Amino acid sequence: MLRLEKRPSDSRLMAYMSPVMAIILTLISGALLFAFLGQSPTHSLYTFFISPLTDLYGWSELGVKVAPLMLCALGLTLCFRAKVWNIGAEGQFIIGGLGGGYLALQMGNIESAWVLPAVILFGALCGLGWAALAALLKTRFNCNEVLTTIMLNYIALNWLLYSVHGPLKDPEGFNFPESALFSDFAMLPPLFEDYRVSVSLAFAMILMVAIWTLLSRTMIGFQISVLGEDAKAAQFAGFRAKRLVWLTLLICGALAGFAGVSEVSGQIGQLTPYISPGYGYSAIIVVFLGRMHPVGILLGSMILGLTFLGGEMVQMELAMPKSITGLFQGMLLFYLLACDLFIGYRIKLKSSAAKVAAAGS
Amino acid sequence: MKNRLELLGITKRYPGCVANQSIRLCVGEGEIHALLGENGAGKSTLMKIIYGVVKADEGEMIWEGHQVEITGPSHARQLGIGMVFQHFSLFETLTVAENIALSLPKEKTGTLDELKRKIVDVSQRYGMKLDPDRYVHTLSIGEQQRVEIVRCLLQDLKLLILDEPTSVLTPQEVSKLFETLQQLSSEGCSILFISHKLDEVRALCHNATILRGGKVSGDCDPQQTTTEEIARLMVGDDTPFDKQFTKVEGSTPSLEINHLSFKSEDPFSTPIRDISFTVRSGEILGIAGVAGNGQEELLRLISGEEQCKNESVVLNGNPIGKLHPDQRRKLGIGVVPEERLGRGAVPNHSLAQNTLLTGFLNGLSQFGWIHYHKVKDLAARIISEFNVKSDGTEAQAKSLSGGNLQKFIIGREILQHPNLLVCSHPTWGVDVGAALVIHEALIRLRDQGGAILVLSEDIEELYKICDRIGAICDGRLSPIQPTDQVSIELLGQWMTGEFHPPGSPVDSQEATYA
Repeated sequence: MLRLEKRPSDSRLMAYMSPVMAIILTLISGALLFAFLGQSPTHSLYTFFISPLTDLYGWSELGVKVAPLMLCALGLTLCFRAKVWNIGAEGQFIIGGLGGGYLALQMGNIESAWVLPAVILFGALCGLGWAALAALLKTRFNCNEVLTTIMLNYIALNWLLYSVHGPLKDPEGFNFPESALFSDFAMLPPLFEDYRVSVSLAFAMILMVAIWTLLSRTMIGFQISVLGEDAKAAQFAGFRAKRLVWLTLLICGALAGFAGVSEVSGQIGQLTPYISPGYGYSAIIVVFLGRMHPVGILLGSMILGLTFLGGEMVQMELAMPKSITGLFQGMLLFYLLACDLFIGYRIKLKSSAAKVAAAGS
Repeated sequence: MKNRLELLGITKRYPGCVANQSIRLCVGEGEIHALLGENGAGKSTLMKIIYGVVKADEGEMIWEGHQVEITGPSHARQLGIGMVFQHFSLFETLTVAENIALSLPKEKTGTLDELKRKIVDVSQRYGMKLDPDRYVHTLSIGEQQRVEIVRCLLQDLKLLILDEPTSVLTPQEVSKLFETLQQLSSEGCSILFISHKLDEVRALCHNATILRGGKVSGDCDPQQTTTEEIARLMVGDDTPFDKQFTKVEGSTPSLEINHLSFKSEDPFSTPIRDISFTVRSGEILGIAGVAGNGQEELLRLISGEEQCKNESVVLNGNPIGKLHPDQRRKLGIGVVPEERLGRGAVPNHSLAQNTLLTGFLNGLSQFGWIHYHKVKDLAARIISEFNVKSDGTEAQAKSLSGGNLQKFIIGREILQHPNLLVCSHPTWGVDVGAALVIHEALIRLRDQGGAILVLSEDIEELYKICDRIGAICDGRLSPIQPTDQVSIELLGQWMTGEFHPPGSPVDSQEATYA
């Protein structure tokens, strides 16, 4: 008989194998799902996961998805390491995009190289401010940050919808819920000519190294991990929990806000109701898939980015519904959490020898 | 004497360790039998097997001449086996009688009034005063233990198992408990007494079985065997156990507590009521007391985890009552908290990271940048100087045994050369060998001029290492006097809150503010 047994100490190998197993299980389940829908499993999986990456343009498109995912996930890594369960990267992303977009529209007539930095900075600050609300509610009123950040996500989304249906709607836009186009001075340049991926990807890479250094080499990173692992020990050592909650939430808000403004001024070029396909939520999966490690975040962002691309491909080529992306992301998180059980536990065959002895006595 | 209980070849394996290996044990009718051993020797597992909480993998159990297989605690109770655990299982919001009624079968208890009469009968017969109508939360720990024992006595008790029953009691309560146990034994009830306090075992028990590393390492008659010989069976090497330390007098005041009063927001904490005392450089001051009488709060107020009026806590002349823990550490305070895992050390962090936890102010980091080679060096020094058994500096704190982790935490604090070290229960649950290492380290720090405050429930330990001693009860502090002038009876009175015995009110007043 199979039995679940606690390991004497956590398995390091399993901590790394768990994401791999989760991906394999997701692929198997995906294949079964496609077969059930009457598609060839191999062809469908090829269309979903391989065909988007068969040319340079595809890799550039992956970069387009990876940059915002990484930026949000890096910030969330700080929060989650401190066990500050910020679910609000989505709202911080939207407010960053909305704020930056608002400034870009107001500065539409100014032709200056300072427009872009101002827009980007303002977007990041808006994201930071949105996260500050959750930090204030948590540190001052002891509100659970899971609830407040989720609620703030909906407020952010509705604020965006109100803006593009109302005050920021393009007067010459045939009543579509969209803003006017930004001027070229408010647009982030592409990383390479002829490809859509913008310089925000380079920023994401630099920030990855910066966050990695922060976490592994500085006292702030150490304090964050102590607070997350053992709040009593943090208090015992004299680390200020409230300051760390503020710090992690503000950094995360700024990074998500930066991701949001980079999205509107990098690829979209205007405000629409759909500036985020759920990057802020997918970034949560990235953080767990990437084991809360900056390099893992890069790999996790690529996999989650691929599910966005692949979802678009199967929509176009196989006429599958758009929700297939969410389905794959959900399966991935589900399997990941299940496989993570085996970091602390192992399966053991109930030894038959002991049974015989017990029966004999 | 007939055998009541006999165990043959009992073996129990857990993942990664064998808790009991081929244990044999024999308890006669009316015998008080001690089960001795260090923490982790397998005593509790064996008790749980007898009481049916845990099933043995191998072996036989013979009860009054018949082989039995105990299916669970209720089966054990039917046979006449009763057990009092270290942590009581009582509902605080119910009365004594209601608690007992809940755990006994209906046919045994009868109506509540009949049960109350039985409780009074039994408690009087065995000299354990108990009012069946009192609510459990109003009872002292000693009285709660009586409830547990009376609950066992209400059935036809043939074997009573007590798991470290004296660790929560004052000396007076201990001697009362022993009288009860001796009376029970004379009436033919067998008693299995688990302890690691050798003096108690020698005073009470007829026979002793000693466990070491899950195996029986020897049997003895404790009244015929010296404490040293028993200790040797428990530890198994040639550590000198009964080392005496000389008492000294301190020099200049290091820590001064001035009229400290404090009430925490936590409703379950004990308020501190107007405590004043001084710890001098070069002395060890001990504060005895039963757990939950304000020791925890006092420690947090000194460490900085709680803040109070600035002048209430003074270190080397500087008021520090409003400072945070890290700011106080900078001024030279080292703290060893009661909880090792989950406050003194982060369970999932390595020993190196746990060195950084309180060592970050002592050159291990600069401008917020961590010098990991220095962290590792210090961690390695702690491990070697304090003989910490571990897989090196990268071992997770939670992989260490309690005693080894305690050696590590005390080493971490001492190697930072604190001028004041505050220790809570420095050797609680630590084996004899490790306790000696810890005591020697504390004495060494004292002789180098460090001021040390020890809060402990272990009176034996306090007498051994402390130069001056006092007791805390319900948030109030007794007089503090040189250890050799305080008899164990006097300390026991202090622990129960009787600070001013008639005849010497002036003396104690003086001592308090000396």
